Amino acid sequence: MTQHWIDIKNSNAILIMGSNAAEHHPISFKWVLRAKDMGAKVIHVDPKFSRTSARSDHHVPLRSGTDIAFLGGMLRYILEKNLYFKEYVTEYTNASFILGADYDFKDGLFSGYDPVTRVYDRKKWDFVKDENGVSKRDKTLKDPRCVFQVMKKHYDRYTLDLVSQVTGVSKKNLLLVYDTFGATGKPDRAGTMMYALGWTQHTVGTQNIRLAAMIQLLLGNIGVAGGGINALRGEPNVQGSTDHAVLWDILPGYIPAPLATQATLADYNKSIMPKTSDPMSINWKANQPKYAVSLFKGWFGEAATPANDYGYAWTPKVEPGEQYASMFMFDRLYKKQIKGAFILGHNPAQSMPNSHKIRKSLQNLDWLVMGEVHLTETTDFWRGPGVDPKKINTEVFLLPCCHRGEKDGTTTNSGRWIMWHHKGIEPMGQSKSMGQIEVEIFHAVRDLYKKDGGVFPEPILNLDLDRVYDAEKTARKINGWFTRDAEVNGRKFKKGDQVPSFAFLTDDGSTNSLCWIYTGSYPEAGKNLSKRRDHTQTPMQAKLGLFPNFSFAWPVNRRIIYNRASVDVNGKPFNPDLPVVLWDGSQWVGDVVDGGGPPMALKGGKYPFIMHTEGHAQLFGPGRVDGPLPEHYEPAETPLAKNPFGKQMSNPAIRWIASDMDKFAKNADPLYPIVLTTYSLTEHWCGGSDSRNTKVLLEAEPQQYIEMSHELAKEKGIKNGDVVEVESIRGKTQAVAMVTVRVVPFKIMGKTVHLVGMPFAFGWTTPGVGDATNRLTPTVGDPNTYIPEYKASLVNIRKAAKVTELER
Amino acid sequence: MPKTFLIDTSRCTACRGCQIACKEWKDFPAVHTKQTGTHQNPPDLGPYNYKLIRFKEYKMKDRVEWLFFPEQCRHCHAPGCKEGADAILPGAIIKDEATGAVLYTDLTKKFTPKQAEDVRAMCPYNIPRWSKDEGKLTKCDMCFDRITNGNVPACVKTCCTGCMNFGERDAMLRLAQERLDKVKKTYPKAQLLDPDDVSVIFLVTESRKLYHDFAERKEQPKTQYADMNRQEFLTAMTKPFKNLLG
Repeated sequence: MTQHWIDIKNSNAILIMGSNAAEHHPISFKWVLRAKDMGAKVIHVDPKFSRTSARSDHHVPLRSGTDIAFLGGMLRYILEKNLYFKEYVTEYTNASFILGADYDFKDGLFSGYDPVTRVYDRKKWDFVKDENGVSKRDKTLKDPRCVFQVMKKHYDRYTLDLVSQVTGVSKKNLLLVYDTFGATGKPDRAGTMMYALGWTQHTVGTQNIRLAAMIQLLLGNIGVAGGGINALRGEPNVQGSTDHAVLWDILPGYIPAPLATQATLADYNKSIMPKTSDPMSINWKANQPKYAVSLFKGWFGEAATPANDYGYAWTPKVEPGEQYASMFMFDRLYKKQIKGAFILGHNPAQSMPNSHKIRKSLQNLDWLVMGEVHLTETTDFWRGPGVDPKKINTEVFLLPCCHRGEKDGTTTNSGRWIMWHHKGIEPMGQSKSMGQIEVEIFHAVRDLYKKDGGVFPEPILNLDLDRVYDAEKTARKINGWFTRDAEVNGRKFKKGDQVPSFAFLTDDGSTNSLCWIYTGSYPEAGKNLSKRRDHTQTPMQAKLGLFPNFSFAWPVNRRIIYNRASVDVNGKPFNPDLPVVLWDGSQWVGDVVDGGGPPMALKGGKYPFIMHTEGHAQLFGPGRVDGPLPEHYEPAETPLAKNPFGKQMSNPAIRWIASDMDKFAKNADPLYPIVLTTYSLTEHWCGGSDSRNTKVLLEAEPQQYIEMSHELAKEKGIKNGDVVEVESIRGKTQAVAMVTVRVVPFKIMGKTVHLVGMPFAFGWTTPGVGDATNRLTPTVGDPNTYIPEYKASLVNIRKAAKVTELER
Repeated sequence: MPKTFLIDTSRCTACRGCQIACKEWKDFPAVHTKQTGTHQNPPDLGPYNYKLIRFKEYKMKDRVEWLFFPEQCRHCHAPGCKEGADAILPGAIIKDEATGAVLYTDLTKKFTPKQAEDVRAMCPYNIPRWSKDEGKLTKCDMCFDRITNGNVPACVKTCCTGCMNFGERDAMLRLAQERLDKVKKTYPKAQLLDPDDVSVIFLVTESRKLYHDFAERKEQPKTQYADMNRQEFLTAMTKPFKNLLG
């Protein structure tokens, strides 16, 4: 979230799209309804009418996988009707930047595309620079090569007619949403967008969110109260685990992971230290080497010295162009390239797409170590449906983990608040915290290395890790401390002092920090700010619902990021009724302001978007692998025979996985004509292993179901409550039919397209409830993130001849 | 001053936090359920389900309405169940005047199943349920243990949207009127259900009969006594107990 939960109440219009907020983030509706009480309009755009729709002013059904068409139409409408916030767009975004001669877009492809490697040469999308190396700009926005004009031309094809035909949304509904949300382009109005996996789980997931952010920039809704682009993060500490680099392509704090071609720390530092020649750009990322060195110092302690590049050589590297996302790892496992695996707190045999392949892959392991609270479809894969345990040669080690309530630690919420939770009860039986389990395994390995030696011993022998996992000490080290007496920014520190904020982290080994964005959360000994529950606030903050003394928000306790964009170039709030920050003539007051320095128009003034090298928000975004402007591509499996927007059917940058088990339906496949979308549900936790074992929750949602329209049910001779067989080219599943007015058929390019929806929480280890929906879904994902396309694939349904998976 | 609930269904997201919190506080076991083509589960109130979200969906002229009804005992001012029970065994069902809570005591264990069914039938909202396991009549007790120790009922405590409200009757009546005035602007059919007769006031947005059969107050019990007047009914009811006594 650019904002925090409470800030939703400050919105004038709330667009919930790609999210079923009321069901999956129930508390969010506390604030959505507060906004509604104050007159805000709430719109839910989603394939299915859900509990979120029930409490919204309008529900607008759209065909799953067509968000870019929908939003592209909105962008066009905003420009056409002059609804955008001109001052904001001109001053704070790259609308005025001039594109180089190499940039082009034709037949659904941007310039620089190599059809063999399926990779774009992104240099073709560069801006024109002046003699000082600063990007050229035309603040009149008239230059035909400026971003504003190029963007306008790009979305000119997204007419109401075409968008309506592709998305299945009526023109009346399109206009309703466009007008309602477009009205927030006025300086004193704010609209917020709430999204979740309904936007990310597509082969165009990243571009869905980019386009949403572009609309928010055009309307001047970023940085202001009640605005923002708000990712509703998952319950299993998705925000915290991403911050701490659960993904392979980053180090903690979103620093890019080192590449195998970057042999020395100097090579690596160069790659993570962007340069700008514009004195008004803060270019915060130029500080990344300080954060990286402090991280290495945190990992390797005393052993990390200038002479050995602080242990840079001991950190894992990424092979350029290689993919390490879980779908590729499982493909390697399927192809017998991996012998052993640690799977901790994850149930891939249930939660990952194409479960048949995942389940088959696990059989190729010599050994598997699992850390889990409950038995899952993964821990017990060796006795799964159709599997003969006698024929499985995998040795499985199941390590019992304790539950969240049985240990101290933190969870980071969507608003980036780091929240401490206290142990409620002692761990049951022999279970331990996952932290302690990992520490013990590591020390056992290290002891063996010390005794017997082994390959590449340095990272193992030099890791600075206590023998007992201590959550409090880990929190201290995440913040970071001084490793020796030092003076930074004119302030003197003693060895062992906590680092007060990341502005004091250094690249000379005098500080450590396990995640720079969290620095400041534990600024002094005994001062763990994640434990703060203080409601003190100024009257200005009270009006906003901003609680600066409650927990700690990264970065530097800033509650609304990009808040410098909420004021004009003189530091005067665009919305004087709800200022987030303001320049009082000598300093900023309100929230913790982004970066330092006075407002733009004053001497020494700075641009607001400090994380971009150019200091401007990117309407044109040359950083993504699949294009600088979002373009509508059909899902990997589509009911259409051609993409009405251009010759390119699906995202050109997709890395397809080839195996005999990775089958895809044809375009407009007559065997699989129905769109399947999958989702979670309020009563279950992700793949369901926790909640299926919490029987009062299972009582409320006991078995696999499939939601479908009355029209489809009639066509297929299915009655409400019948057991249905659902089939994709990859597999079959059974589900109870829930025939409902909440799902409707779509009219797409003149033909009727049906859509069905299924939850993914039900698995065979809970008898009689059904088994993995993901036996149907394909292994294909967004080429930036490799989040799988769970939200749109193709199936067929029929009444089940025999009920085999469900208790009846 | 007795207590009152305001259940503002215009704010209910059917998250079922209340349904689960009720079970958790009471430490009730899970009941075995099946998917039958609706999100409503368990299908009905029961001895281990004093609180249940009822789901009803309608295709209106230009929109879909999905109606959520967080069902529970209304704690009537003149409880029909108590009237019925008094005729059989005074003290089996009591009303706590301080809070307005209608409470079923362990004396309901002395009811025969037939008597229990008769008492049940006196409820205009079809709330009480017979517990086979314990051999007694059961329903919501307003979390009597919580409210007499300074807490709000578990269902209210867990509600995050402002649907479930609990407090002094005056304050709740004021809030109810305030909410009704506001909701009516969007939903002209919005109304408070029987506010003068009950301690649990529902604010609904549509015609009450759309929610479920017993959202409407049904004064005449749906039993073989349906044709009798109230006095005849009570006389008929007391007969078996008198026989029992000897």
